[in-house]
Amino acid sequence: MVLGELGGCGRAQLQPAGPISAAERKILFDSVVIMLAIVVPTILAVLGVAWWYRPSNRRARRQPDFVYSGRVEVVVWSIPALVVIFLGGIAWIGSHDLDPAKPLRSHSPPLDIQVVSLDWKWLFIYPTLGIASVNRLVVPTGVPLHLSLTSASVWNVFWVPQLGTMIYCMSGMADNLYLEASHRGIFYGESAMIDGNGFPDMHFNTHALSQDRFDTWVRTTRGSGPVLDEQTYRGLLRQSVPPKPYTYRSVQPGLFADIVMLKVPPGAGPRGGVPGVDPIGGRSVHPVAAP
Amino acid sequence: MTLLGKLTWQAFPLDEPLPLFSGVAVFLILIGIILWIWRNGHIPYLWREWITSVDHKRIGIMYFMLGSVMLLRGFIDAIMLRTQQAMAFDAPGFLPPSHFDQVFSAHGTIMIFFVAMPFMIGLMNLIVPLQLGVRDVAFPTLNSVSFWLTAAGALLVNLSLVVGQFDRTGWLPYPPLSELRYSPGVGVDYYCWAIQISGVGTLMTGINFVTTILKLRAPGMHYTRMPMFCWTALASNLLIVAAFPVLTATLAMLLLDRYVGFHFFTDTAGGNSMLFMNLIWAWGHPEVYILVLPAFGIFSEVVSTFSCKPLFGYRSMIYATMAICIIAFMVWLHHFFTMGAGATVNSIFGIASMIIAIPTGVKIFNWLFTMYGGTVRLCTPMLWAIGFMVSFTIGGMTGVLLAVPPADFQLHNSLFLVAHFHNVIIAGVVFGAFAGYTYWFPKAFGFVLDERLGKWAFWLWLIGLWVAWGPGYIVGLEGMTRRLQSYDVAEWHPWLLVMAGGVGIILLGILAQIAQIIVSVRTRDQRRDLTGDPWDGRNLEWATSSPPPSFNFAALPNVTDLEPYWDIKTRAREIGELARPEPQYEPIPMPRNSPTGFVTAFFATITGFSLIWHIWWLVILGLVGAYATFVGFAWRDHDEVLIPAEEVARLDRANRAARATRLQEQMAERESQRESGR
Repeated sequence: MVLGELGGCGRAQLQPAGPISAAERKILFDSVVIMLAIVVPTILAVLGVAWWYRPSNRRARRQPDFVYSGRVEVVVWSIPALVVIFLGGIAWIGSHDLDPAKPLRSHSPPLDIQVVSLDWKWLFIYPTLGIASVNRLVVPTGVPLHLSLTSASVWNVFWVPQLGTMIYCMSGMADNLYLEASHRGIFYGESAMIDGNGFPDMHFNTHALSQDRFDTWVRTTRGSGPVLDEQTYRGLLRQSVPPKPYTYRSVQPGLFADIVMLKVPPGAGPRGGVPGVDPIGGRSVHPVAAP
Repeated sequence: MTLLGKLTWQAFPLDEPLPLFSGVAVFLILIGIILWIWRNGHIPYLWREWITSVDHKRIGIMYFMLGSVMLLRGFIDAIMLRTQQAMAFDAPGFLPPSHFDQVFSAHGTIMIFFVAMPFMIGLMNLIVPLQLGVRDVAFPTLNSVSFWLTAAGALLVNLSLVVGQFDRTGWLPYPPLSELRYSPGVGVDYYCWAIQISGVGTLMTGINFVTTILKLRAPGMHYTRMPMFCWTALASNLLIVAAFPVLTATLAMLLLDRYVGFHFFTDTAGGNSMLFMNLIWAWGHPEVYILVLPAFGIFSEVVSTFSCKPLFGYRSMIYATMAICIIAFMVWLHHFFTMGAGATVNSIFGIASMIIAIPTGVKIFNWLFTMYGGTVRLCTPMLWAIGFMVSFTIGGMTGVLLAVPPADFQLHNSLFLVAHFHNVIIAGVVFGAFAGYTYWFPKAFGFVLDERLGKWAFWLWLIGLWVAWGPGYIVGLEGMTRRLQSYDVAEWHPWLLVMAGGVGIILLGILAQIAQIIVSVRTRDQRRDLTGDPWDGRNLEWATSSPPPSFNFAALPNVTDLEPYWDIKTRAREIGELARPEPQYEPIPMPRNSPTGFVTAFFATITGFSLIWHIWWLVILGLVGAYATFVGFAWRDHDEVLIPAEEVARLDRANRAARATRLQEQMAERESQRESGR
């Protein structure tokens, strides 16, 4: 009920919903425009010259010995070089500005979210709020999000195109990523790295809510649902695709650190065979005959 | 432990109709072909003239045929992938994930290792010794071993279709998914051993060609008189020699992890999976240039010949080629900007990747200025070249875009990326292979391919490329990731339907090429290339007959300038008779045929297969057999045959006569033009 009033779900990275994706779209567009300034004339010149010098064109001036010209050489080396100097500047500044691990400037302190990619679902832990969510990321708008990401199985890539930057989730280590949602909406999130048979179903929605509504969601979440401790987490490790998202009303402190440090061993990993059972009654969407 | 290791009846897909039927069909076709060959008594001919041949031209043709057969296999995979994604909107489609994952892994592996590589290596084999004006490569028997090992790898990949399964982790098997814990089946092992065996073959090709180009050239052919194709072949083979050991070592580490419990890449036991990503791309990015540099060389030859002009900015092109060759090793990190490296590391590798665009851009401009002021004949090879220049420029642009780290943060692993590399590999490498194929086909077989069907093939491929992968860019910008077996996003569906249509257009292009071969062979008598110079060529490969005699040149040409053959022709046209007097014919020693390559590959296949299935006694047998073959070859007494002077004279005189007749015709033609011009 808290989440149901946001309308349709967007996914294209060209419709940014946050400062990071907006900045990345700008860099993308700028780079394309700069390159098109060279690419379009080059393509037209290739087609034009090939057509003009066709054998039947009596007006074409033939110069069969035109095989070297210092001036042409200077121009053909400098045009791409200039473009690359220009784009290189953009890349250098952009890489530093938009470094995934760089905190965002903001009035409000960042909200910590810990992301664990599992077979074949996403676990989002809110350590400061003491709650967790599976396959649905709920965030307040206008607040920087500090995501720490790891995997409890094979590699994965966390990606919400409308918020920006995708990043690898890898077992035994944590990546840092700062994002922010600037307006309310539901944004498509997905895994961008093959991780076995459940890969195509490993997507989730990101709900960006106003701060009030987000607080309401946190209160509601704390009010019901199971507890995430090491034992329930071990159940989550088994491969499955939950039929719908759900939440945990409280989370054992330090669980994420234990996952990263491999104190809680990673899951058995994706298998073709045995359909897993989700702790909340899920199913494996693609039961496949044993190999 | 059983006699057959892990191999049981369960390895055969008896309950899966699709692989079972296709496997049985391929098997029956193969048996049928072999029976037909045997019944018509062609086996001794095949054995003598092809299987045991160490002639670089024959080996080149066999490489190209291997690439063509595997292109069909890889293309069937492409049709399955496109059909699945067109069908799988909110639906399971016809391929379950475990099968779909094998298909995209096989598609990538086959297209890179067993289509693109054999095409390029095949054309280098056919042409480089001819352009250098020599009789063969430096190590002819090794060359045959290289080819047969590549074929052995291709055989193992195809075997996985019916015995067991193939890799499901993509064309580069990233750990942890490819580790034994997560991929316990034989799929990754099939991948690894197939690539290890063919990789050894490729490395030997690299050594062979670097040696050939550096050490075997016609008298007077300095480095700065070598045709551009030889330069790009040199750059490409230097990259092979430097990069393929990295691939072999990386896969060896993965195999040690999988077979004997090492921990190179296992994060849980002190290894590091990120290491694999670094190592595999330290090979993988140079590999891209290993493929595309020879294609650049082919386009240089084609653009120059069909513009009736020498290549513009020859020295500049050499610098550009060698610059690409070196920078190719400094960019691998751009394949994982999103792995969390720091901003400075990312931007340095991003900028290094962009720098490659400079020499590549120079090449495009130099081809443009080669056409400028020339007479541009739009024959099929030239169409491929122009199609390449236009399409590759766009693919290059999207590539530079991906090299900008913040842009890559939103494009990595999306269909945009997949569209980019199909754009550059099809437009660059595949179009390059087809340009070279139509251009040099008459040299290899002595008759010209049908132009009309060739042009059909070109237009269908070009349109198919853009219909198939133009929407790939769009759907990638709508957030679609690669390798999705199914999806529930309505916006993606129409584009994926269009992409499936594109693959259908390419299918028509391939059918046109098959028709072109059939028509051309049936009408070969009307399309004979009698002089050996059907396109008014400029380099030495056109100075001998089509097809060339086994010894290539009756007398090694004496090179005094760039474009030696063009000089010879110009002089002949000035003086009105053949410029070179008949040489003193002498007997020519040529390397003797050898079954070493075939036998080695036979044992290598057995070794690979038994390693995959853990049949240890057979592994030992295979290795002993391969070693015995090597020893047998090393102890040979006779390794050369002498071609008698009379035979050399007979072949060369026939060709000289044809050329003299052609010259007289040209002189008469020019005379009559001058008459009518007055």
